[in-house]
Amino acid sequence: MSFQLICFYAFAAITVGAALAVISVRSPVHAALCLVLTFFSTACTWLLADAEFLAIALVLVYVGAVMVLFLFVVMMLDLDLDPLREGFVRALPVGIVVAVVMLVEMLGLIGVRSMQLPAPPEPAAAAGMSNTSWLANALFSQFLLPFEVAALILTVAIVAAIPLTLRRRTGTRTQNPGRQVMVQARDRVRIVKMAAEKPAPAADKTGETTP
Amino acid sequence: MDSIIAAFHWFVSTFPTLSMALGLLLLPLVPLIIGVAMYVWWERKVIGWMHVRMGPNKVGPFGLAQTFADVFKLLLKEVVYPANSNKTLFLLAPLWALIPSFAAWAVIPIGPNVAWSNANAGLLFLLAMTSMGVYGIILAGWASNSRYAMLGAMRSAAQVVSYEIAMGFSLVSVLILAGSLNLSDIVQAQAGGKGLFDWFWLPLLPMFVIYFVSGVAETNRAPFDVAEGESEIVAGFHVEYSGAPFAVFFLTEYANMILVSFLAPILFLGGWLSPIQGWVHADVAWYVDWIWKGGWPWLFLKVFFFATAYVWFRASFPRYRYDQIMRLGWKVFIPITIVWVFVAGCMKYFGWVTAGA
Repeated sequence: MSFQLICFYAFAAITVGAALAVISVRSPVHAALCLVLTFFSTACTWLLADAEFLAIALVLVYVGAVMVLFLFVVMMLDLDLDPLREGFVRALPVGIVVAVVMLVEMLGLIGVRSMQLPAPPEPAAAAGMSNTSWLANALFSQFLLPFEVAALILTVAIVAAIPLTLRRRTGTRTQNPGRQVMVQARDRVRIVKMAAEKPAPAADKTGETTP
Repeated sequence: MDSIIAAFHWFVSTFPTLSMALGLLLLPLVPLIIGVAMYVWWERKVIGWMHVRMGPNKVGPFGLAQTFADVFKLLLKEVVYPANSNKTLFLLAPLWALIPSFAAWAVIPIGPNVAWSNANAGLLFLLAMTSMGVYGIILAGWASNSRYAMLGAMRSAAQVVSYEIAMGFSLVSVLILAGSLNLSDIVQAQAGGKGLFDWFWLPLLPMFVIYFVSGVAETNRAPFDVAEGESEIVAGFHVEYSGAPFAVFFLTEYANMILVSFLAPILFLGGWLSPIQGWVHADVAWYVDWIWKGGWPWLFLKVFFFATAYVWFRASFPRYRYDQIMRLGWKVFIPITIVWVFVAGCMKYFGWVTAGA
C-alpha cells in the first residue's frame, strides 16, 4: 500500500466521520465545525487526485468564507435544536431511502464510466501543464460563454438578494459616514485671533527666588 | 543526557523520512518564532522612541531578552477557564489560529525557487490559509462565554471577511501581470533592465497600497484593531485568555504580520531582486554582488521596512471607528480593485507591461 493510498483512506475516513458528526452532534456550533472538517478533508482527497485548483478553491470559498458566515449566524441565533430533532426518528426511513437511492445512482455512474476502457488520460497532464492553468485555458477559451453566463446569473442573484433583504425602518437615526469623512476642520473649529493675556506681576512672592 | 541522545539516534535511524520531514518543518518555524520575539522587542523599542521613551532596556543588552522573559512568564502562568465555557473549543481556538498562519509559510520563497514547497498554486494556497485563521478568533470569542469576547469575534469576522475580498482582487491583478500563481515565478516576472521600475508597484500602485492596508486590517492591527479595541470591549476576543493560550494568540498575530510584510515585497517590490537590477554589471566579490544582482538580503531589508511600517502606523494613527472601517473596505477599496483588475487585464493584453523582460 503506497503512502498516497494510506493518505487517501485517512482523509476519506475523516470526511465520512465528520459528515456523520454534522448530523449527530447536539450543539449546532459543533455541527458547523464538523462541516468545516468535512470540507477540509474533502479538499485533501482532491489534492491527492492532483486537482489542486478545485481543492484550494473549496477551502477558500467554503471553509474561508461560507462557513465563517454560517458559524457567525449559528452563534448569533443561539438555536434551540430540540424541536427540530423531534421528527428525527419519524423521518429516518425516508432519509435512508433517499440516501440509498443516491448511493445506487452514484455506484451506477461510476460503473458506467469504468466500463469505458481504457480510461482517458488526464487532460492537464496530457497537455503538460498544471491543473490550474489547464482549467483556466479551458474555461476562458472553450467554455467562455457558459462561464460568462454563470457569472451573470451570480451577479444578478447578488443584486436580487440585496433588495430582498433591504428594508427601510422608520424612526431610526443613522449617520452618514461619507459626510463625516469629508468634514473639514473649519466646519467644526473656529480659530479666534486674540492678543495674549499676560498675568500681572505678582507682588507678594518676595520669598521665592527666581533662577 | 546520554539516554536522550541515544533515543534521538534511535528515532532518526528508525524513521529517517519522518525525522527528515520533522526537521524540515522545524527549519522555518524556529527562525520564525525567534523573529517574532525580536519583532516584539523592535516594536516596543520603536514605539518607545516615537513616544520619547526608552522602551525595554533592562533585561539583557538593549533589553533584547525582554520578550523571552515575557514568554516564559506567560508560559508559566495558570490558564484560567471562564465559567460555563466550552473547554475543548476554548483550547482549540488558539491552535486553529496558529496552524494556518504557520502553514502559510510553506510557500514563501526567499530566493529563486528556495521555498519549502515551490507549489504551482502558491498564491491560492496563501489565500486559503490566511482565510482559515479567522476561525481561531471566532471560536475564541464564542467559547469564552463572554459578551466582550463575542463582540470582538463578531467584529473581527466581519472585518476579515470584508478585507479579504479587496486583498484577493489585488492578488488577482498581480497574477494577471505575472501570469503565474507560483510565488517564485511572480518575483522572476518582475526582473528586468529598468531597476525598480520593472517591479509591479508601478503599474499596480493603487493595488499595492490597498494590499498593504488590507493586510493591516486582516491582521487586526492598529488603526484597524477594533477586534480588540480596549476602550470599547476591553480586549476583544482574547479577553478571557491567559497564560500559554494567550501567548499562542500573540505569536499568531505577529507571525501573520511578518507574513504580510513578506508578501508585500514578494508581490509588488520584486522580492529578492535588487532595485538597481540591470543598471550595474560587475563582478566584485560574492559579498557585494548581491547589491546589484539581488539576493535574500534585499528581501529581508524590504520585509524589515514593512514590518517597521506596521509599528509606525500603530504609533501614528488613531483607531478607526467600526462603521468607517466597513465603509473603507466595501465602498472604497473593492470598487477601486475591481476597476484596477480590468486595467491590469488591459495592460497585459496590450503589452504595456511585460513580465520578466
